[in-house]
Amino acid sequence: MAEAIAFYTLSILILGLGVAVITTPRTVHSVVFLVLNFLCVAVLYVVLRAEFLAVIQILVYAGGIVVLYLFVVMLVNLKRQPEEHQDPRRLAKIGLGLSGAMLVELAAIVVYSYSREPSSVTAPSPAFPVQGNVEQLGWLLYTDYLIPFEVASVLLLVAMVGAIILARREL
Amino acid sequence: MPAGFSAADFYYILPELLLTGGALLVLMLSVLTPKQDGLLLVAALATVGATLAVVVSFAGLDVTASRGLLAIDGFAAFFKVVVLLSAALTLLMSSPYLKTEGIQAGEYYFLILCAALGMMFMSSGLDLITLFIGLETMAVSFYILAGFLKPNPRSNEAAVKYFLLGAFSLGVLLYGMSLLYGATGTTHLSGIAAALGGASPSLVVILGVVLVGAGMGFKIAAVPFHMWAPDVYEGAPTPVTAYLSVGSKAASFAMLIRIFIEGLPAVGAEWTMLFYALAVVTMTVGNIAALTQSNLKRMLAYSSIAHAGYLLMGVVVGTERGVAAMLVYLGVYVFMQLGAFAVITMMRRSDIIGEELKDLNGLSKRSPIVAFAMLFFMLSLGGIPPTAGFMGKVWLFGATIDAGFIWLAVIAVANSAVSLYYYLRVVVFMWINEEEGVGSPLTIGPAMSVALGVALFGTVVFGVYPQFLFEHAEAAARSLDGIASITLR
Repeated sequence: MAEAIAFYTLSILILGLGVAVITTPRTVHSVVFLVLNFLCVAVLYVVLRAEFLAVIQILVYAGGIVVLYLFVVMLVNLKRQPEEHQDPRRLAKIGLGLSGAMLVELAAIVVYSYSREPSSVTAPSPAFPVQGNVEQLGWLLYTDYLIPFEVASVLLLVAMVGAIILARREL
Repeated sequence: MPAGFSAADFYYILPELLLTGGALLVLMLSVLTPKQDGLLLVAALATVGATLAVVVSFAGLDVTASRGLLAIDGFAAFFKVVVLLSAALTLLMSSPYLKTEGIQAGEYYFLILCAALGMMFMSSGLDLITLFIGLETMAVSFYILAGFLKPNPRSNEAAVKYFLLGAFSLGVLLYGMSLLYGATGTTHLSGIAAALGGASPSLVVILGVVLVGAGMGFKIAAVPFHMWAPDVYEGAPTPVTAYLSVGSKAASFAMLIRIFIEGLPAVGAEWTMLFYALAVVTMTVGNIAALTQSNLKRMLAYSSIAHAGYLLMGVVVGTERGVAAMLVYLGVYVFMQLGAFAVITMMRRSDIIGEELKDLNGLSKRSPIVAFAMLFFMLSLGGIPPTAGFMGKVWLFGATIDAGFIWLAVIAVANSAVSLYYYLRVVVFMWINEEEGVGSPLTIGPAMSVALGVALFGTVVFGVYPQFLFEHAEAAARSLDGIASITLR
C-alpha cells in the first residue's frame, strides 16, 4: 500500500515536472526542472529496490548530463526570437491534439489490459551466487550479458571518435 | 553454470573480434602514419576480407554462442556476407571520393568498419539487448558519417536530421521493447515466443509490437517513417549514402525478421496486417515520389524506399519461401544499388558536384563503359529480364502469390511498371541528350574500377545464373527458428 502511494505520488511529480520542462519560457528554469525530474526518477528506482540504478541516475543524469545542458545554455544564444516560418509553436495545436490522443490511447490500453488480467507476469528471478544490488548487476553484466556489455564499449569509442571529428578545427 | 565464457564462445565471435581489432588498427595507423591513405585502405580491406573468410568458414553451423545471445546460423552468415560485401565496396568507392573532398581517411574507414560491426550483431543477435546495442553502434557511426563533409551545409543538415529522427525512433523502439519485456519477463527472443505462445495476446503486447514495428520502420525507411531518407541520402557523402541504403537497410531487415519471425510468431496475424499495409504504402509512395526528382541521389533515395516496400512483402509472407525470396532480392539489391551509387560517386569531380540528372548528359559518348554499367544497374533496379533484379522480383512476387497475397503482388507489379519510368529516364539522359553533353570523361581509378566491376559482375551473373544465390538464401531462411510455425493464410 505504502509502495503504491509512493509510486503514484512520484509518477505525478515526474510527469508534472516533465511538462514544466517543456513549457517554461526561461531555459535555465527548464534545466532546473529537469534536475528535479531526474531526482524523482532516482527515488522511483529506490522504491523499486534498484538502489544502484538510483545512484547512477543521480551521478550520471542529475550530475553529468545537466552540467552539459548548462554549458549548452551558456554557449547558445537563446535571446533571439525564432523566425516566423520556423516558429516551433506554429503547429502547437495539432501537436497537442495528436499527442493527447496518443496519451489517451496508451492509457486506455494499459488500464483495459491490466484491469482484465492483473499482474499476469512476474519476472523470473535468476539464482544468483552473489548477494546485493551492485554485485548482482555486475554478475549479470560479466556473465550472461557480456557480449552487449563489450559491444557497448565499441559504441562509446565510436561516439568519442565522432565527437572529436565534429569538434576538431579543420586543418 | 561456470562464470565467464568458454573457449567455444570466443571461437564463434571470431569474425566480430577480427573486425573490432582491424577497426582499432586502422584508427591507430591513421595516427602513426599520417597521409598514408592507401595503406589505411589496404588495412581496412584486409580486415573486411579476413572477417568475410571466417564468416564463410562458419557457413553450415547452426549453434548459439555467448549464453544464447548470438546465433551462428545460416541466416546470420547470409546477412554478414551481405554486410561485409557492402562495406568492402563502400571502402573501395570511398577512396577516390575522399581525395576529391579532402577528407582524412582514418576515422572515416574506422567508422565504416564499426558500422559493419553493429550490423553483424544485428544479424546474429537473439536477444533484444544485443540487437539494440548492435543497432545503436551502427546508427551512431552513421550519424557521424552523414556529417563528414563539415564545410558543406547539406551534409550538416543530413547529420542533424538523421540524428534527431534516429534518436526519436530509437526511443519508440525501446519503449516497444520494454513493453514486450514487461509482458513476457524476458528479453530473449525464444523466451518471448514461449511466453506468448498459446494464449491470445494482450493489448500491451500488441502495443509493443506496433511500437517495435514503427521503430524498425524508421530504420528501413518505410512510409510513413521515411521523411528523413531523401534529405539524409542527398546530403551525406555519396559512398556513405550507398552504405546507408544497402548495409543499414539489410541489417535492419535482419533484425526485423529476427524479432518478428523468431520472437513474435504468436502475434503473427497482427503484424502481418501491419506489414501488409506498410509494404503497400511504402512501395507506392516511394515510386510516385521518385518520378519527379531531378537530383540523382534523391531519386535513388525514393527508389530505395520503394525497394524497402518490395522487401517487406517477404516479411508479410513470412514463410520459409517468402523469407528466402526476400533474401535473394536483398542479395541482388546490394549489387545494383551499390553499382548505381558508385557511378554517382565517380561523377563527383573537383569542380563538378555531378548529382543532377542533367549531369549525365551524353555520358555514353564521354565514358561508354560507365554508361553501359549504369544502364545495367538501372535495368536491374527496374526489373528488366537479363539482369539480376528481374530474378529477384520474379522470386519475390512468385512467393507472394503462392502464399495467397494476390493483391499485394498485383500492386507490386504495377509499382514496378511505374518505376521503369524514372529508371529509364536516367538512360535517356545518358544516350539521347547527347548534344548538350558537356564536361570531360570520368576518370576511373583502380579502386573504383574494382568496385564497379564487382557490382556489375553481381548484377549480370545473378541474372543469368541465380541458382547459387537461391540455394544460399533457402538455407539461410531454413535456419531460422520458428519459421515453419507461421502457416499459410
